[in-house]
Amino acid sequence: MPARTASRLGRWLVSGPPMLYLILFFAVPSLIMVLASFRTPGEFGGLAPLVEEGKLDLNLDSYARFFSESVYAQIFLKSLWYALLTTLFCLVLAYPLASLIARSSKRYRDLLLLLVILPFWSNFLIRVYAWMIILGPNAALAKTVNGVLAWFGHDPVPLLFSAFAVLVCLVYVHLPFMVLPLYANLEKHDQALLDAAQDLGANRWQRFWRITFPLSLPGVYAGAALVFIPAFGIFAIPDILGGPSDSLIGNVIKQQFLETRDWPFGSVLSIVLTVTALALAGLAAWIARHNLGTPSSSKEARA
Amino acid sequence: MALLEIQNVTRRFGDFTAVDNVSIEIDAAEFFTLLGPSGCGKTTLLRMIAGFDLPDGGRILLNGEDLAERPPERRPMRMVFQSYALFPHMTVEGNVAFPLQMSKTPGGEIPAKVQAALEDVRLTGFGKRYPHELSGGQKQRVAIGRALVTHPSVLLLDEPLAALDAKLREEMQIELINLQKEVGITFVYVTHDQTEALALSHRIAVMNKGRVEQLDEPSKIYGFPKTRFVADFIGHINLLSGSVSQRRDGVVTIDVDGLGAVRVATGSQLPVGSRGTIALRPEKIRIEANAPSDSPDNHCRGTVAELLYMGDVTVYKVATPGDSRIEALLANSQSGRAKFFEVGDPVEVSWAVDAGHFIEE
Repeated sequence: MPARTASRLGRWLVSGPPMLYLILFFAVPSLIMVLASFRTPGEFGGLAPLVEEGKLDLNLDSYARFFSESVYAQIFLKSLWYALLTTLFCLVLAYPLASLIARSSKRYRDLLLLLVILPFWSNFLIRVYAWMIILGPNAALAKTVNGVLAWFGHDPVPLLFSAFAVLVCLVYVHLPFMVLPLYANLEKHDQALLDAAQDLGANRWQRFWRITFPLSLPGVYAGAALVFIPAFGIFAIPDILGGPSDSLIGNVIKQQFLETRDWPFGSVLSIVLTVTALALAGLAAWIARHNLGTPSSSKEARA
Repeated sequence: MALLEIQNVTRRFGDFTAVDNVSIEIDAAEFFTLLGPSGCGKTTLLRMIAGFDLPDGGRILLNGEDLAERPPERRPMRMVFQSYALFPHMTVEGNVAFPLQMSKTPGGEIPAKVQAALEDVRLTGFGKRYPHELSGGQKQRVAIGRALVTHPSVLLLDEPLAALDAKLREEMQIELINLQKEVGITFVYVTHDQTEALALSHRIAVMNKGRVEQLDEPSKIYGFPKTRFVADFIGHINLLSGSVSQRRDGVVTIDVDGLGAVRVATGSQLPVGSRGTIALRPEKIRIEANAPSDSPDNHCRGTVAELLYMGDVTVYKVATPGDSRIEALLANSQSGRAKFFEVGDPVEVSWAVDAGHFIEE
């Protein structure tokens, strides 16, 4: 067998299985979903037959419904807003933490990283349910908050089943996804650059905003994408911790598939969600490329 | 008064004394070099001057003002880092403008100053490039331009040419000499490369184990090393140790171990019997087939043990009967022949009484 053929075969053997996996369980289902979005819902849920009375039954009814009923756009915007807030809070909380870990000595660094990923060792739903207890009306937190509020003459507020509970848990669940890429970036920063900046007259604040932060942007974007995309489509947290008015787009999609059993409309919502997330990620990448140095300079910062 | 005064500066790291009671005075517009092997404390001293590290003892004064309370960003000095430390996310212009922006230079004046600095380091036209688009030598020039743009009173250079290849390093040395003359700023230069130090500096402080062994002009350092360490560290040298057997009219005779009596001109008043070393540069030694008759010079017979043909010169290592080695250098200028002697040839090495330099021990 010629060497070139052998190396090509080797490449296929290595990249083939993951590619096959992605085609089977990501590309094909996505295409099925796209197709489903153009079909008619079945009488008892599911989908109506594709070919009826010799005619192909494909239509834009579900898309028309999404754009004509403003309630869906509103929920969409609300989900977008929650996802953006979650990303922002995660960034503000994760940045100092990541830079602390990056600057600590090798001995503590691994321990601190372990602590960051420790929550993954228990199940996601269990952690969400744990927040029900923490935020519950009889827990110390609610009692303290309401005690303080009462002291100011304010009526008690429920912490659980509220937008607050949803946001707190969203931030909690996604925080490690922001910390890890930020840490990976900050850890590689060259101390000589900060020394040089200081030598050239930059104070602590200027060193951060002119050197550290711009160089950490690849980490910020990676973390933001890892937080924003799952937060945008989340349904479990609003289901468990939110009130009736805290439904997000993920809940509506789940509802369409499991309760209303309107698969085409659920597909439309899923597609809009995916396209929006992709568009925002693309926009962020575009901004990164055009406003903040060349792509290769950010590549250098990452290396 | 000297511009920069280093007074009894000491810096310890645990049990290790990196800088040990060093005192140096550096004048305005001087090209001053701290030279020494790695770990001799030269970089630690430079970082203390810059303010990145503080002395455990002693003071560093600039224009008579103690700098102890001033952090690096408030010292009127700039450092050129060995790794260049250019900001990868800024263009060449952005890098050079950075210190101007930090010093609150009015925005309108910045472009002209940046262009002037780029002109100084011969990088006009490179302003829009990013550091990763530059060669090593260009990066080095950006780093120097960035450091000079605010006209600091002292420029600190930490092995700035170490990462460049030999040819480029030589070019940059000449550029540095010219630049320093042009801008008239005091350069404090750290290097472990003795040829670089000799070529560039007005004065050199040779450091070893945290102490200054000798502080002198390059020709004095090379020609009249005060200690064995300096003699050995700077260039190639023959070190002939022995005890003083005679002293007369400014000439000391030393009984060199394995070589016999060797005379050297010196003002040293070392008594007979005490030990000393003669430092003898290879280029001051003659090597001939036969002994010169009735010459007052030192001479001894030997056999060529090794030779290194280097193009411009040939280095001979001559083994003497007493089993010591004498290194001699012959310029290949007179003849078209590649070399004069072969390994195994019997030769006579000789040198004038005043060719050697006597070091007391």
